[in-house]
Amino acid sequence: MKGTSWTLRLSAGAGFVFLYAPIIALIIYSFNESKLVTVWGGWSIKWYVELFQNEQIMSAAWVSLKIAFISATLAAVLGTLAGFVLSRFGRFRGKTMLAGWVTAPLVMPEVITGLSLLLLFVAMENMFGWPAGRGLTTIVIAHTTFCLAYVAVVVQSRLATLDDTLEEAAMDLGAKPVTLFFLITLPLIAPAILAGWLLAFTLSLDDLVIASFVSGPGNSTLPMVIFSKVRLGVTPEINALATLMIGIVMIAVIAAVFLMRRQQKQVAQED
Amino acid sequence: MMGANESIVQPRRSLLSRFGELRLGRTAVILIPMLWLAAFFFIPFLVVFKISLAEAAIAVPPYSPLWEWDGDNAFGTLRINFGNYLFLFESRFYLDAYLSSIKIAAISTLITLVVGFPMAYLIAKSQSTMRTLLLALVILPFWTSFLLRVYAWMALLKKNGPVNEVLMALGVIDQPLQILQTDFAVYLGIVYTYLPFMILPLYTTLEKMDLSLIEAAQDLGAKPYQSFFLVTLPLAVPGIIAGCLLVFIPAVGEFVIPALLGASDTLMIGRVLWDEFFLNRDWPLASSVAIIMLIVLVGPIMFMRSRNKEAM
Repeated sequence: MKGTSWTLRLSAGAGFVFLYAPIIALIIYSFNESKLVTVWGGWSIKWYVELFQNEQIMSAAWVSLKIAFISATLAAVLGTLAGFVLSRFGRFRGKTMLAGWVTAPLVMPEVITGLSLLLLFVAMENMFGWPAGRGLTTIVIAHTTFCLAYVAVVVQSRLATLDDTLEEAAMDLGAKPVTLFFLITLPLIAPAILAGWLLAFTLSLDDLVIASFVSGPGNSTLPMVIFSKVRLGVTPEINALATLMIGIVMIAVIAAVFLMRRQQKQVAQED
Repeated sequence: MMGANESIVQPRRSLLSRFGELRLGRTAVILIPMLWLAAFFFIPFLVVFKISLAEAAIAVPPYSPLWEWDGDNAFGTLRINFGNYLFLFESRFYLDAYLSSIKIAAISTLITLVVGFPMAYLIAKSQSTMRTLLLALVILPFWTSFLLRVYAWMALLKKNGPVNEVLMALGVIDQPLQILQTDFAVYLGIVYTYLPFMILPLYTTLEKMDLSLIEAAQDLGAKPYQSFFLVTLPLAVPGIIAGCLLVFIPAVGEFVIPALLGASDTLMIGRVLWDEFFLNRDWPLASSVAIIMLIVLVGPIMFMRSRNKEAM
């Protein structure tokens, strides 16, 4: 194969610049002293101080973290079950339907998901008296439902590429299905479940549209607060918040890559 | 009882059937995710459909019941109101909103493809370490907040923002341009936020491609652009289709991008639905807007599902 052509390098390089320029600009602006975001007034961390003193943002962040933790955990359990059932149970009645219900939420426009869940909750409240009003519970149910799809897809693709000789061996040695699942399959797909959980956590933390539909008064999530502030224009505290969130994600990703590398090296050495 | 030989001959089948041994347990395991999704994904659509046939009312909840026991007869009266749908089709505004959403989504999808293709191709051609690094660079934005990434463009595109300043310094323009709150900013926002969704399926297809085919074409005298259009592009079609659908379908119903970057008259149906619901509080009309949007999108969604099945 001949060397990569300059046109390809240039156009791909421009693409990567496009992908990162806004993020880098946001990080630089977050350290800007000036209140006028686009006028440079020297380096400063004052917007970080103001961010942590802003009670509205801090309490919304706490609400969002709680919701994200519970929804991601529920979604990890239900999504793993769905992914496992779809790839290991062969044929069963309703499989096509389940497969459709698992993939459709991935592309469903959020306004439709949000509206439909809200109308369901209202109808349920009228009929059974539960859930009483909207709040944390309804947001958790909504987030679990759309995050479940992501976990299921990640787990399913892991199971599809997984060599099933270990499961086979355990079967032949007489392991019962439940033992087999917990002792062999689950440890093998644990990294995929963890990845799914993390994905669900970030998606839940980031969701504005669905939460806006199904939340009640006094239960504003972080994206809802950000949106209401940002709608009026660029806000320095939000720049600081964005930088913190991007920083946490970057550290997590770098740590994950580092850990994976070390694991690969260990495996290579053992071989 | 299954003999050892049999399980060697058909390992997969025996694994599947063994998981199937516990009938009751098996059914329970299938039912848990199934019931959850039925309750919170499927049934909600039926509720939306039902309410789209109701009339808006000043009540809690703000719509009329479809079914009323009014004492005239034992079965009650069923009141179906197609008025919302008639209104949608008669009013120019909603039709325009649907058409304009589809147009904006389609054009942005094409731009995303043009921007994403070279990136995916470069990643697929890179050596192992570089490839991991570039892939991580594509995936990283996916993990950071969508809302904050859209917001980042607000500062960049402002009248006195850096994009205008750079353009003025380069002498391209004399006066700062109004970029924020235009349709152009909406295209930009969609391309920017959905770029990873395009690159990843493209990369998956291109990575599997046999590079010796391109070498063969070039050995046989094909110029680089010829081998690209005659060999690379046709082989990448599955990835192109998957990527385009992953961008197009959610982009049609996009709300955040037109709300933050678009003009007040940038018509997108996701925003119309939002305003109908939150500002006008007309739940039945919002529901019928959602139902029509679903009907528009059901074709592409089914197409995507059938392609997924082929791939698996």
